[in-house]
Amino acid sequence: MAILTKDEAQAILKKVLSFSTANECEATLTGQMGGNVRSARNAISTAGAVENVQLIVESRFGKRSGTASCNEFDDATLRRCVQRAEEIAKLAPESPEYMPLLGPQQYLDGSKAFAQNTANITPDYRAQQTAASLQLCEKRKLSSAGFLTDNASFVAKLNSKGLEAYQAATSLEYSVTVRTPDGTGSGYATADYNDISKFDAGRLTQIAADKAAGSVNAKAIEPGKYTVILEPAALVANTDASLLQALMGAMDARAADEGRSFLSKKGGGNKKGEKLFDERVTIYSDPTSLDIPDRIFANDGRPQKKVTWIEKGVVKNLYSSRFWAQKAGIPDIPPPGGWIMEGGTQSVQDMIKGTAKGILVTRLWYIRPVDPQTLLYTGLTRDGTFYIENGKIKHPVKNFRFNESPIIMLNNLEAIGKPQRVGGNMVPPLKIRDFTFTSLSDAV
Amino acid sequence: MKRREFVGLTSLAAGALFLPSFPGFGGTPVDPARLLEGVDPALKKRLADAALNAAKSAGATYADVRIGRYLNQSIFTREKQVQNITSGESFGAGVRVLANGTWGFAATNTVTEAGLAKAAQLAVAIAKANAKVQKEKVNLAPQKGYGEVSWKTPIVQNSFEVPIAQKVDLLLAANAKALDNGANFVNSALFQINEQKYFASTDGSYIDQDVHRIWPTFGVTAVDRGTGKFRTREALSAPMGLGYEYMTPKAADKIAGPAGTGLIGYKNSYDILEDAALAAQQAKAKLTAKSVTPGKYDIVLDPNHLGLTIHESIGHATELDRVLGYEANYAGTSFATLEWKAKNQPYGSKLVNIIADKTQPGSLGAVGYDDEGVKTKQWDIIKDGKLVDYQKIRDQAAMVGQNESDGCCYAQSWQDVQFQRMANISLKPGTQKMSVDDMIKGVDKGIYIAGRGSFSIDQQRYNFQFGGTVFYAIEKGKIAGMLEDVAYQANTQEFWNSCAAICDESDYRLFGSFFDGKGQPPQVSAVSHGSATTRFNGVNIINTARKIG
Repeated sequence: MAILTKDEAQAILKKVLSFSTANECEATLTGQMGGNVRSARNAISTAGAVENVQLIVESRFGKRSGTASCNEFDDATLRRCVQRAEEIAKLAPESPEYMPLLGPQQYLDGSKAFAQNTANITPDYRAQQTAASLQLCEKRKLSSAGFLTDNASFVAKLNSKGLEAYQAATSLEYSVTVRTPDGTGSGYATADYNDISKFDAGRLTQIAADKAAGSVNAKAIEPGKYTVILEPAALVANTDASLLQALMGAMDARAADEGRSFLSKKGGGNKKGEKLFDERVTIYSDPTSLDIPDRIFANDGRPQKKVTWIEKGVVKNLYSSRFWAQKAGIPDIPPPGGWIMEGGTQSVQDMIKGTAKGILVTRLWYIRPVDPQTLLYTGLTRDGTFYIENGKIKHPVKNFRFNESPIIMLNNLEAIGKPQRVGGNMVPPLKIRDFTFTSLSDAV
Repeated sequence: MKRREFVGLTSLAAGALFLPSFPGFGGTPVDPARLLEGVDPALKKRLADAALNAAKSAGATYADVRIGRYLNQSIFTREKQVQNITSGESFGAGVRVLANGTWGFAATNTVTEAGLAKAAQLAVAIAKANAKVQKEKVNLAPQKGYGEVSWKTPIVQNSFEVPIAQKVDLLLAANAKALDNGANFVNSALFQINEQKYFASTDGSYIDQDVHRIWPTFGVTAVDRGTGKFRTREALSAPMGLGYEYMTPKAADKIAGPAGTGLIGYKNSYDILEDAALAAQQAKAKLTAKSVTPGKYDIVLDPNHLGLTIHESIGHATELDRVLGYEANYAGTSFATLEWKAKNQPYGSKLVNIIADKTQPGSLGAVGYDDEGVKTKQWDIIKDGKLVDYQKIRDQAAMVGQNESDGCCYAQSWQDVQFQRMANISLKPGTQKMSVDDMIKGVDKGIYIAGRGSFSIDQQRYNFQFGGTVFYAIEKGKIAGMLEDVAYQANTQEFWNSCAAICDESDYRLFGSFFDGKGQPPQVSAVSHGSATTRFNGVNIINTARKIG
């Protein structure tokens, strides 16, 4: 029963609410089913499948709130779950940041987030896609390590104030690292989808294989400030911290107002409305985007709408909790899921052609905050780093450690390419001048 | 049997590791009574046998089942209020099988004989589907069955039995200490984990274990509105494999830090009130501390800092799955390949002796048996500066010509497949008597670093950069004021070869990583790293200050 329809889910949720004696009650039902295959050394190493459905009930008495959950759906269990949430609420301390539950909301159409063909994936499909990657690498005498994971899920909500929400979604994510047998070359490719009709593990492996073969015999060049072309996977990682996610993750209004954010102003207040980036930088979120169909409501039930976060370099909106929005008298906007950075039409190849001297970066890795005041981050290049001269890739170079801030980076913008989907976001390749590499790494 | 699935905490808490302060959540789920119920081992044996029999009938040559009840309780506060309390339970079972020489795994929260049999059959179907494209067959090191055995973390006080109100009061008292001492903001949290896990395999083991872990922590922020500057200071606690007794400070567990810093190191108990007060004073002091001049310095590293450097540059580098390429697509590989080891090059100076361990009392990694039914042990990784062994599990031993696992296989929950995870990796203390003040006396131009800060290392564990929580200049053998904007960049081998002195056993303490991530899908594990204060000579220090307009 992992993926329930809207009617099936609402029937359970209505029953849950009918058992409530609290001042306010909200019930959320979630379910997911999915599987994965992991490979390394041109062989499958692990593979698995998981499914689960759970109900979460939040009951409130005044400013006291309690939550309980269960994953059986007979009347007796549901009743016990509600009773438990109510018992917990009665014992809980009053929350000074209490906000009443939301009433009915208008949501955008979220049906594009679900694709039946993704929900129908079988173990054989995963094995075949993985086999295509392994066979290609075997043929080229390279070594493939990859990960394929897919998931179908739903979220349904109902509360005593009349809020009703439902959305189903599917996803598939694939990444592959290809290495030369002697360990002197490495390449990477990744892609993610709601609908798997365009997924081709072989095609992605080809990209990673070409990078691996091309990155053998890397030359060391001095660390320093360089013009770089950062491919989308270098700007956003689907498995780790990344420079652009760091920026989007730091746009919380409360932290800015409290003086502990790069968006805090000297003397108080925040920098909303100020131009902090190059005027070509525009970032927005839109859950109905056909490129990245996304969640149409946040965990607390607030609608996800189209929101412009940065427009022509100017900070347009900050997100906040409902409590802080009310207290500060600011728009009540939840943090986005995926986001879209506007770009141009140039491919990475076009951007290389227009570069006299520079470095092409496939991927950045182990990115960690160094200074929250300036959003300075450190990390390293990985899986395909190349020197560009006179519009052409001249030779592979050894990997670098960088220390850079996305704020400085987005002020040193030279060119923006065509956005691609990475980790549920649309991210263009960026050409940046004076990107700061602070040391060399022997890692391949 | 009741089957329940509470909200998992892991993803939220894992995020907390990487954030300067803890995110706030709505709601206050509290249900401590539920966390004290156990599941009857006889029932678990019957369920396990149903899975094992179904797997064998479907064609598995080996199968194991883990029936797990994973409990967590976390309390988050900021300043004078509770932000969130979660009491989470996740109950279910994972079945792993070998069929046609290939692994298959399936997990279910339908913990009945029929539900487990179905999961076992799915696991075999997955293994067979993948076997068709498989060239390399799994070679599992032999393992004798232990019959019915059990193990429990030797805790004094089960933290799940302590009333929530008592824990909340302690965190709020710590916040008050920080605010009284000049902090503008303070977030505090208490994480508690109890893994009740039952392992059974076709080798004939039925292992019942009860594992406990705890981590109190906080982050203090000082803001200077005039300059727009803010600075943070994190707690100097360590996550531990202990019960709530860790929260009752004992004088014998306190070690004075270097003269002139006010710092205190904590062994098997922690004084959160004392640390919160000092943290606020230090966060304020950091606002006006001198910005470091970059260059080469001799650095003196407190165990609460050095643990993370050991973790990243030795712990991960000597995991055999990384060495062999199994983590190439995510965490990466390792410079310490079999070929590199065969050359017998020094990993570090002769003072460097590194022990892998899954048994040390109080440590996060301590268990009786690992998650594939292997009894745990202690073994050498680096001896007198030379790499002598790796960390390996049953399907890896044969690849390095060995015939037994080291017992370091782990899964974060019933619904994740077990794989090789880091044991406790610790640096042996020095054999000569030496206190931290004795060590500092011998440093002419240096920096003392305590606490965890920014950490980053490449995918083969050569180049790393670490920050810290607090930094002090050392001039002519004495602490000479606070520094800011400090990070050191080094290469693993150069760094460990620059190890010049290690304090004696009286200074030895455990550092811990409560949410160490690895694998795809990513899983967390908890691991400790013991060391005494250690000196490294001539390390490259960079200045991390920037201007953003």
